[in-house]
Amino acid sequence: MTAAVFFGCTFIAFGPAISLFLFTIAREPLRVIFLIAGAFFWLVSLLLSSLVWFISVQISNKESAAQQKGLLIFGVVLSVLLQETFRFGYYKLLKKANEGLLTLSQEETMPISIRQLAYVSGLGFGFMSGAFSVVNILADSAGPGTIGIHGDSQHYFLSSAFMTMAIILLHMFWGVVFFDACEKRCWWAVGLVVIVHLLVSCLTFQNPDYTATLVPAYVILFGMGVWAFYTAGGSLRNLKLCLTCKDKDFLLSNHRPR
Amino acid sequence: MICSYCVSSNSVGNKIYINLNETFPCVRLLNATHQIGCQSSFAGDVGVVHLLESEENLDWVLGSGPNPPYMVILESTLFTRPIMMKLKHGSQRVAGVVVVEPTTNPPDGFSPHTSCPNENTGVYSESYGPSYAHCNVTVWNPLGTGLSYEEFDFPIFSMKDSNDTEVLRRCYREHNRAVNGSTPQYPLCAMQLFSHMSAVRDTATCMRRSEIPFSLTPEEVCDPLGDENVWASTKPLNNTAKGHKEGESVVIAAAKMDSRSFFFDVAPGADGTATGLVALLAAANALRNATAELNRTILYTFFHGETFDYIGSSRMVYDMENNQFALDLDNVHSILEVGQVALGSNSRLWLHSDPVSRRNSSVNVEKLASNLHLAAAGLNISLEEPNVTQPLPPSSLQRFLRARPIPGVVIENHQASFTNKYYQSIFDNAESLQLNYSPNLTAEEQLEFVTDAAKNLTEVATAVARGLYLQAGGHPAGMNAVQADSRLVRPMLYTFLVRGKNSWSEQLVSPELASQLKDRPTNFYIGVHQQMSEPRFMVQTILANLTGTIVNVTKENCQKQKEDEEDLYYYQWVQGPLRPNSTERDSFCVRSGVRRFAAKSPAFVLREYTS
Repeated sequence: MTAAVFFGCTFIAFGPAISLFLFTIAREPLRVIFLIAGAFFWLVSLLLSSLVWFISVQISNKESAAQQKGLLIFGVVLSVLLQETFRFGYYKLLKKANEGLLTLSQEETMPISIRQLAYVSGLGFGFMSGAFSVVNILADSAGPGTIGIHGDSQHYFLSSAFMTMAIILLHMFWGVVFFDACEKRCWWAVGLVVIVHLLVSCLTFQNPDYTATLVPAYVILFGMGVWAFYTAGGSLRNLKLCLTCKDKDFLLSNHRPR
Repeated sequence: MICSYCVSSNSVGNKIYINLNETFPCVRLLNATHQIGCQSSFAGDVGVVHLLESEENLDWVLGSGPNPPYMVILESTLFTRPIMMKLKHGSQRVAGVVVVEPTTNPPDGFSPHTSCPNENTGVYSESYGPSYAHCNVTVWNPLGTGLSYEEFDFPIFSMKDSNDTEVLRRCYREHNRAVNGSTPQYPLCAMQLFSHMSAVRDTATCMRRSEIPFSLTPEEVCDPLGDENVWASTKPLNNTAKGHKEGESVVIAAAKMDSRSFFFDVAPGADGTATGLVALLAAANALRNATAELNRTILYTFFHGETFDYIGSSRMVYDMENNQFALDLDNVHSILEVGQVALGSNSRLWLHSDPVSRRNSSVNVEKLASNLHLAAAGLNISLEEPNVTQPLPPSSLQRFLRARPIPGVVIENHQASFTNKYYQSIFDNAESLQLNYSPNLTAEEQLEFVTDAAKNLTEVATAVARGLYLQAGGHPAGMNAVQADSRLVRPMLYTFLVRGKNSWSEQLVSPELASQLKDRPTNFYIGVHQQMSEPRFMVQTILANLTGTIVNVTKENCQKQKEDEEDLYYYQWVQGPLRPNSTERDSFCVRSGVRRFAAKSPAFVLREYTS
């Protein structure tokens, strides 16, 4: 029965992200490369923040629970700030790379637009972040036991999976908004992305009150989704055309880079 | 970044599992024809916890419970043969059994051993005293249920009654108990037991599998039970010259030094083993100054593995027959064995002998018996002989009689069946001997405290020592000088039955081996022969100190002489007592005649595993 929990939570957490990958990214090698590079950048940001965290825990007073909690909050905030810094760093790197690619390629137009880069890098960040959040929880869920012997809530695994899904999608939306804001030098939008990221991460401090964590996270997810949609050039009109399969641009664009 | 476990800062595993400490498994043992004991599957066995309340409640486990397989938790009063047999036959629905060890011994007795110990490997068989074979005349262990010799397909563990057990009971009450006929809902409290054993089928199969010759990394799937026997003699015997020694006539004084229980590595063996051991050790000490007056040599022999079909004594007899030992069977004059000698309210001991060999007029058991009676005169114990038609109880003497008729007597505290209610079980401990120390005594004071058991055992040791003195040719006039020292019996009992590591035992060991002393009662289980077993180490150390002489040499010379005079003597550098107000010790060198020789069944030498 724990196998059901394991597979269920895996598919909940990674389902949307993997299907996005399969349908929109897997066929284009350039997009795959930039996705993996994005994941790597997130990993480096985590490495740095965990280094700081580890050192600060070693030199702190291990007995005092209040100090440990304070240290945890500090660790979360630091990590969020580092992730966003690395997102900015990745943006700068991609701008430079794009110029290089343009001089090398034989076509006149860029092989991959900055908007597509925003999307794949955000998704790359999301994949890696989701993996680190949920993989060890999934590993423990596959054993013969489940949570509850000390009275903890039964919904631990499920809410972890849902939270991970939200975070992965959120990273993708943040990527889109962030890169667009950097292109247009719209620094308040960048700041807002950072603030929303901090907000979502700090929401998890309310666990195990899972309702108080998940509901706001999903509300924010929906809001960010709408924002990213409009930033990427979507509108109600072409949404309607897309859904009724009448958008010629969309149908054509499957075969040509845009 | 997600902080999913901020509130309690436990890792996920700690939210799911509780590890139980202080558990003892039951393991697989093989003999020539069967496998006994228990084992789990390779990845452990998982079952829903069920606290068995009574024998009728078994129906939930075996039939009506909706969530098999079950992990049955038994209080020790329910650990009986009928319940275990029912669980054994319902093993599809039983994932394992956990027995909760009680804090006090059950008053009615408990013995998982067979009712006729070592039935097929003693001297009585179809060809020798057939009417005595298979306990026809006397059932030695009437309380024996034979559980230790049954085969179980699921793991069985024992747990001490402590906080962990309370957690288990609470978990069951909160999640698994069916209230008013309702079905308990998932998630349920469950338990996983790991005790996978590689050995299967029987010894021959297992040894064949261990010796597959063409593998690069040969895998031992089982190991022979065995360790070493310990012997010492009153006169130095040349150990390198094996075989018959001209002119030597030896009295063997034997005791066994192992025990067992249903569970692995737990064998307190108080009445069954420790009493006889301590009595013989004290007797050896009592005779240390009287050896000049004896014209026969006394050979003190401590056999290991006697519980498991006489591993030690069968090996000694085999070695003697094949000239692999310093003496052979022609040199043996008589045998005196000290068995279970815990004295209860009545201080009576019984001298058992073999009725079949007594009919042979050359076998002079009467002399040995009369010497013992003479020895016990004037002491607070009475020695009696049981009926002449009573066979020998299970004892090492039986293996000697299988080879040839030798006069021999076994001293026991029971006339017919054992008086030991806890034979070869986890309850044969200090409490069963009524070794009661007042709780407000410190460890040092407990070491010195005079218990009744110690007093009685000192009397027994004196009787044994005097009996040996007379049998070895000593003059009755000099008998009263031979006296066992109660100041040695007390700490010996404490060391074996309460705590192995104490100020007395620390004086006797060599500095490198001081860490072998354990802070708990001695575990008398023989174990496999790759590991040193506690009782052999203790007996060897104590015997060396109690029968040896101190020689005034330095540590380096002590080691050197160990190598030079290996034929006759054994040298050991001993830690010695603590100097007052210091952690330094006055170490010294002890010379004794203590030797060890292998106690592994001859079957492994002959590679014939089917007999």
